[in-house]
Amino acid sequence: MHLLGKLTWQAIPFDQPLPLISAAAVIVVALAVLVWVLLKGHVPYLWREWITSVDHKRIGVMYCILAAVMLLRGFIDAIMMRVQQALALHGAGFLRPSHFDQVFSAHGTIMIFFVAMPFVIGLMNLVVPLQLGVRDVAFPTLNSVSFWLTAAGALLVNLSLVVGEFARTGWLPYPPLSELQYSPGVGVDYYCWALQISGIGTLMTGINFVTTILKLRAPGMHYTRMPMFCWTALASNLLIVAAFPILTATLAMLLLDRYVGFHFFTDTAGGNSMMFMNLIWAWGHPEVYILVLPAFGIYSEVVPTFSSKPLFGYRSMIYATMAICLISFMVWLHHFFTMGAGADVNGFFGIMSMIIAVPTGVKIFNWLFTMYGGTVRFTSPLLWSIGFIVSFAIGGMTGVLLAVPPADFQLHNSLFLVAHFHNVIITGVLFAAFAGSTYWFPKAFGFVLDERLGKWAFWLWLIGFWVAWAPGYALGLEGMTRRLQHYDRADWQPMLLVAAAGVLILLVAILVQIAQLVVSIRSREKRRDVTGDPWDGRNLEWATASPPPPFNFAVLPNVTDQEPYWDMKQRAREAGQLQTSEPHYEPIAMPRNSPTGFVCAFFSVITGFSLIWHIWWLVIVGLAGAYATFVVFAWRDHDEALIPAEEVARLDRTNRAARSAAVQRQAVT
Amino acid sequence: MSAPSTALRVGRDPHHVGHGADTGGPEFTGHGGGGPAPKRIVVGYGFWIFILSDVVMFSAFFATYAVLLNARAGGPGPRELFDLHLTAIETACLLLSSFTCGLASMAVGARSLLWTEAALLVTGLLGATFIGIEISEFARLTARGAGPTHSAFLSAFFTLVGCHGVHVSCGILWLGTMMAQFAAKGFRENIRHRYLCFSLFWHALDIIWIGIFSGVYVIGVVTG
Repeated sequence: MHLLGKLTWQAIPFDQPLPLISAAAVIVVALAVLVWVLLKGHVPYLWREWITSVDHKRIGVMYCILAAVMLLRGFIDAIMMRVQQALALHGAGFLRPSHFDQVFSAHGTIMIFFVAMPFVIGLMNLVVPLQLGVRDVAFPTLNSVSFWLTAAGALLVNLSLVVGEFARTGWLPYPPLSELQYSPGVGVDYYCWALQISGIGTLMTGINFVTTILKLRAPGMHYTRMPMFCWTALASNLLIVAAFPILTATLAMLLLDRYVGFHFFTDTAGGNSMMFMNLIWAWGHPEVYILVLPAFGIYSEVVPTFSSKPLFGYRSMIYATMAICLISFMVWLHHFFTMGAGADVNGFFGIMSMIIAVPTGVKIFNWLFTMYGGTVRFTSPLLWSIGFIVSFAIGGMTGVLLAVPPADFQLHNSLFLVAHFHNVIITGVLFAAFAGSTYWFPKAFGFVLDERLGKWAFWLWLIGFWVAWAPGYALGLEGMTRRLQHYDRADWQPMLLVAAAGVLILLVAILVQIAQLVVSIRSREKRRDVTGDPWDGRNLEWATASPPPPFNFAVLPNVTDQEPYWDMKQRAREAGQLQTSEPHYEPIAMPRNSPTGFVCAFFSVITGFSLIWHIWWLVIVGLAGAYATFVVFAWRDHDEALIPAEEVARLDRTNRAARSAAVQRQAVT
Repeated sequence: MSAPSTALRVGRDPHHVGHGADTGGPEFTGHGGGGPAPKRIVVGYGFWIFILSDVVMFSAFFATYAVLLNARAGGPGPRELFDLHLTAIETACLLLSSFTCGLASMAVGARSLLWTEAALLVTGLLGATFIGIEISEFARLTARGAGPTHSAFLSAFFTLVGCHGVHVSCGILWLGTMMAQFAAKGFRENIRHRYLCFSLFWHALDIIWIGIFSGVYVIGVVTG
């Protein structure tokens, strides 16, 4: 029994320059940042204001930063794949098959679990409590634990770059390939443990937000007065609660197969690999809607604001959201029509898959009618939304095509499918993340982003996406299957070269976004949002200062209509002055900071890492540490700190003065 | 959008919900416009949602068991393996522990530390007995060559029942922590909230076990 389990020096890929150099680069950058933070003395600030913060706004920002960093990592994988396929006609390209397989697996895993998920959860964290008009989520410390567990999962996935290897099975580890017999290395274990750890975090987020939205709303905010983003967040988190436990169970079964020789999916001794496909997609299809419903919510905030009109068909939007929420559990089999379930079963799931396009169509028309007749301002968040509407409609239609079982028999596993889901995820979810982060950036940081560069980024992303993925549709129809490390069809290469050019355009787009961030931060004094309402917004998040005080609202707003802030503002404009007199300020109790999340994630990384490498004694240390952390947390006597009434008054008076000045400027005369 | 120009009267009842729309006394459940629900309701509600998610996880294991029930790879099935007498004792232990857990809730309500600790101790001992019997059952099966690696059916059986067992074990750990907390911190509000969650958890495990007892053991022995 080795003290370090399976871990030896051979785990470090000394013979492979590519991962070694990139890993070295990552480590150097990380160390440089660390040294800079240490030398500049930022550690106490980071610890106090961010790492141990249980403030939903801070946690939301950290989620978005995690997502942005992981987007860069996943995008590097994308560049490598596109270049490989552009080069690999009749040949080997520059990536060995074993490496190429890890690259596409890591790309999918990272983009779904550590980019798309943290982005939407981050924006929900930032915005939902503000829109509900309350002071925090239901369980603030749990929220911090959720974030840090997600970060722990991301860390494990990236650790596999240096120590050992990542899965070579694709973003979903289909057995029997993922079983020990065919994947004896640690790659699949990295995948499973990273997702188990981050999955617990996501599940707790789901519980937290369902409770928050259903139980903590400002007085007067009935269900039919909730902003659309809160509705979609509710639907999404209900899906998390209902679907993520299935992922946990499924991965647990795969791990039991791999670690202790069980026979769930082995296809021997009665094991059945098709059961894995059913279980993983019973989670996986709702997961698609977990991502895209909040995205729809973001568009439903952006479009009315920049059309200066209420959302068209608010109630039909609610029905459409909840219909998608429900039907998303009845379509999973369309991911494997070729399993051979028979015509009746395939027919049912094919029809359900087409039906789920109907509520989505309702939403598209609602956004269009919201813009129709409005005073439309073509800011970059609205451009992302329009780009989404056009592109997503196409992606949705190719999805309906794939929902036809006979067509799917031809197209499944082809680049047509890959183009389809990139179409819906990039132009649906990622565009929403960009729209939302531009739209709410001033709320989080108190200054607006540079619009000119933002518009450049949009056009580059839109064009780059279509140049990169329109060839995918064509190649898929030509019969090119997904995940090819090399190929022999010379007529495929021109389109693969086009796709590679597309990914270069996307590279420029990302560089422009980085430039946008840098330029905006450097000129932030000129871009200050003093009123807290830079876009002439309609919901309650704009009723407080930018950035909001820790308690969000000095007094909980009283909601009288579907767009409470807009009404408040209109009445003030008509009267030429604020319509609320200064409230009576009282001290506000807010939850105290807690390192529980960070420490817990630390121990979960140790546990995960030692499980991956079979270092059993360390597993026990990690689990005991996590338990001890919770006991220490449970033992503390003071979990809330009081913000004195004078401080509340000071912050609120500043905000009221700024608003009062703005109202007088805009007064309707 | 025609906004009725009602003045914003914080602390009044602009929506005629009947009990004043301030930040919420205990009568608010959060359905409509009453403002944020009180902490006790929020904590209990959140924990209910967690239990629902746990039930979803168990249903994945139940479904797997149902699919793999006949995948025995030539090995033994439920009728040869299950001992209903032993399982009946297990069931009795767990149901009784739920009863004593309920007694502990009443003792918490009466703020009686002695009775709370006593009822929790009995609950924990009953739970430990349950776990002991389960471990001995697993050891017996494995010893006679019917371990979880033998067939897909046995993998599914051990995982489903074992997952419940792990839950009960975690519950016992939590219970011990709870007892220590009552002793050290008394009946403070947040400790009582935590106990509310613990008792929900413990009763939910009972319900899962009833599913296992009837769906796995009884039906298994009857239908073979």
